Amino acid sequence: MKEPALALTDLRKDFGKTSIIRGVSLSVVAGERHAIIGPNGAGKSTLFHLISGRFPPSGGTVALHGHDITGLKPSAINRRGLSRSFQVSNLFPRLSVSENIRCALLWSTGYRYCFWRWADRLSDVSAKVEDVLTRTGLSGRRDVLAGVLSYADQRALEIGIAIAGGADVVLLDEPTAGMSHSETRRTIDLIREVTIGKTLVMVEHDMGVVFDLADRISVLVYGEIIATGTASEIRASKAVQDAYLGTAGTAH
Amino acid sequence: MTSLSIGRHAGQIVWFLAIALALLLPELIPSKTALTKMCLIGITIVFALSYNILLGQTGLLSFGHAVYFGLSGFAAIHLINLIGRHQLPIPVLIVPLFAGLAGAAFGLLFGILSTRRHGTAFAMISLAIAELVAASSLILESFFGGESGVTTDRSVGPTLFGIDLVPQIQVYYLIVGWGVLSAITMYAFTRTPLGRMATAVRDNPERAEFIGYSPQIVRLLSFIVSAFFAGVAGGLAAINYEIMTATNLSTAASGSVLIMTYIGGASFFYGPVIGAIVISLIQLSLSDVTPAWLLYLGLLFVITVLFAPTGIAGLIERHLPPLRARVLHHLIPSYLLSAAAGSVFAVGAIALLEMNYHVTLNAHEGPLLRLFWIQVDTTQPLAWGVAILVTVCGFFLFRRTWPLVGGAWNEIDSRLRKAAP
Repeated sequence: MKEPALALTDLRKDFGKTSIIRGVSLSVVAGERHAIIGPNGAGKSTLFHLISGRFPPSGGTVALHGHDITGLKPSAINRRGLSRSFQVSNLFPRLSVSENIRCALLWSTGYRYCFWRWADRLSDVSAKVEDVLTRTGLSGRRDVLAGVLSYADQRALEIGIAIAGGADVVLLDEPTAGMSHSETRRTIDLIREVTIGKTLVMVEHDMGVVFDLADRISVLVYGEIIATGTASEIRASKAVQDAYLGTAGTAH
Repeated sequence: MTSLSIGRHAGQIVWFLAIALALLLPELIPSKTALTKMCLIGITIVFALSYNILLGQTGLLSFGHAVYFGLSGFAAIHLINLIGRHQLPIPVLIVPLFAGLAGAAFGLLFGILSTRRHGTAFAMISLAIAELVAASSLILESFFGGESGVTTDRSVGPTLFGIDLVPQIQVYYLIVGWGVLSAITMYAFTRTPLGRMATAVRDNPERAEFIGYSPQIVRLLSFIVSAFFAGVAGGLAAINYEIMTATNLSTAASGSVLIMTYIGGASFFYGPVIGAIVISLIQLSLSDVTPAWLLYLGLLFVITVLFAPTGIAGLIERHLPPLRARVLHHLIPSYLLSAAAGSVFAVGAIALLEMNYHVTLNAHEGPLLRLFWIQVDTTQPLAWGVAILVTVCGFFLFRRTWPLVGGAWNEIDSRLRKAAP
C-alpha cells in the first residue's frame, strides 16, 4: 500500500480546559484533493494550524510522507514539502507582488540565507516567479505593493505564495472566502490548475466549490471527523445530514 | 526597499554626484574646522546607515546601537596601540575592517540574546544590553580606560602608498573611502536573498516561517551585518579622534543615531545619509548659538514623528511625482505663504523660549539678551508682550495659510491621477 502524503493520527488540541480538536485521524493519499468542511467553530482552521506547525498539538501525531512532523516549527515543516495559505490574507504588505513570490521561492530554490548574490538576478528564481505570476493572473500587477492590492488579487497572491515553493502537499484555508461568484469560478480554475500533481487539503465553506473540486471530503464537527468519503457518499451520509448539511442547508 | 525610485539612472547620477561632492568638499571649503566637521559627518553617515539595516530594513527598533560602534572603537584603539608597539604588522588604514569584525562578533554575542524576539521585547532587550555595557565600561578599566577613556596615536605601523595618516585630510579621504565602500556594500545587502528576507520578516515574520525561513535567524544575521558596519564606523572614529570614551557607547549616543535615522527617513536607503548630515550640522552649528539647542532638536524629532513620519526622504519622494510631471511649481505660492507665516510663529516662539532660558538659567549674565541681532531686556514687560503677540499672530497666520498647502496638493494629486493611464 502506498504511503499517505499526509496522515493524522488521533490529533488533539486543547486550549485550557476547552478541547478544540478531539482526536482527528485522517489519511490523505498523494495526488488527492481533499476538502474539510464543517460548521463555524468546528476547528477547521485550528486543524490546519496543527498540521502546519503554527500550534503544537496537545496529543496525537502528524506524518508527512510517512515522516513524523509533529511539533516541528513551521519553517521545518515547510522545508519538508508542506505549504499553506491563510484564511485572512497573510502577505508581505510593503513588498511588491513579484517580491512576495520571489521570497516564497528563495528557500526552496536553495538560496536560503545567501548574501553574496543579487536576489533579483537569480535566473532560476526569476523564471519561477514569472511562471507563478502568469498562473495566478497577477502579471499585470507585479510591481504593486501587496498591501494595496484588491481583495481578490490578495487572495490570488495568497495562493501564489503557497504554491510557489513547489511543496507537494498544499493546505488552502478558505481560498474563496468573501469572493463574488465569478471570482470564485476563477479561483477554482486556478486551484485546479496549480495543484496538478500535488496533494491538496482545503478548508472551504462554499459547497459548490467543494463538490466541484474535491476527490474526497471530510466533515469536521466539534473537533471530530464524523464522515469521510466522496461527494456522493457525503451527500448520502445520514450522520452528515443530521449534524451539518441539514442545518447548514437552511442557514445558507 | 524603495531606494532609487527617482528612476534607475537618475538615482545613480545622484549617488555619483554625492560621492564626487564628498571628494571635492575639502577643496571647495578649505578650512580646518570644516574638515573636522566633515570627518564627523562621514563617520556618522556610516553609523546611521548601519542602524537602518535594523530599523528600516529588518524592522528592529534598537536603543543600543552605539554599543557596537563604541566596543569596536575601543577594539580599534587597542589594535592601533598594538601596531604602535610593533606587535602587529598591519597598516592602520585597514583597522576599520577589523573593527567591523569586532562589531560583528559583539553583534553575534548580543544578537543571540535579543533577536529571538521582535517588537517591544527586542527594543527592551537592546536597552538592557546598552545599559549593561555602559555600566561595565566604567568597571572594566583595562579595556575601557575608566572615565578618561583610551587614547592612541594613528600615525604608526607600516604605511600604504605613503599614507601615514598624520594630516587630517588623509583621514578625511580614508573616511570617504571606507564610507563609500560601506554604503555600496550595505545597499547591495538590501538586494541579496538574505536582505530581501529581512524586509519580508519586518513585514510579516509569521508568513516568513511558512515559506521556510526562521525569522530569528534572519533577524540575527541582519543584526550581525548591522553591527559589522557600526563597527567600521567605530573604527573610523577611533582613527579620527585617537580617543574612545564611555560616552561613545552610551544610550545617549544610541538615541542620537535613532533620531538621525528617523528624521532622515528609515523607509528609504538614502534617508539615514540625509539624517546624519542634517542632524550633525544642527548639532555642530546650533550648539554654538544657543544653550537650548537640544530642545530644538527634540522639537524637530517630535514634529517629524507627528507630521512627517516618513522623514525628510519621505518628503523628497512625495515631491518627485509632481516634479516629473512638471506640476511642482503649483505648490510654490502656498509653500511661500505658509513658510512666511510659519517663520513669524517660529521667531515668536524662539524668542519666548530663549528669553525664558535666559531668565531661568543665565540670570547671572544680567537682564540683556542678544536675540536675532537685537538686544532684548528681559526685565521689560514690553519685550515679553511683543514676543507673545508675534507668537500668537504667527500661530493664527500659520493656521490660516497651512490649508492652502493641502489644497495645492489635492489639485496636484488629481492632475497626476488624470495623467496616469
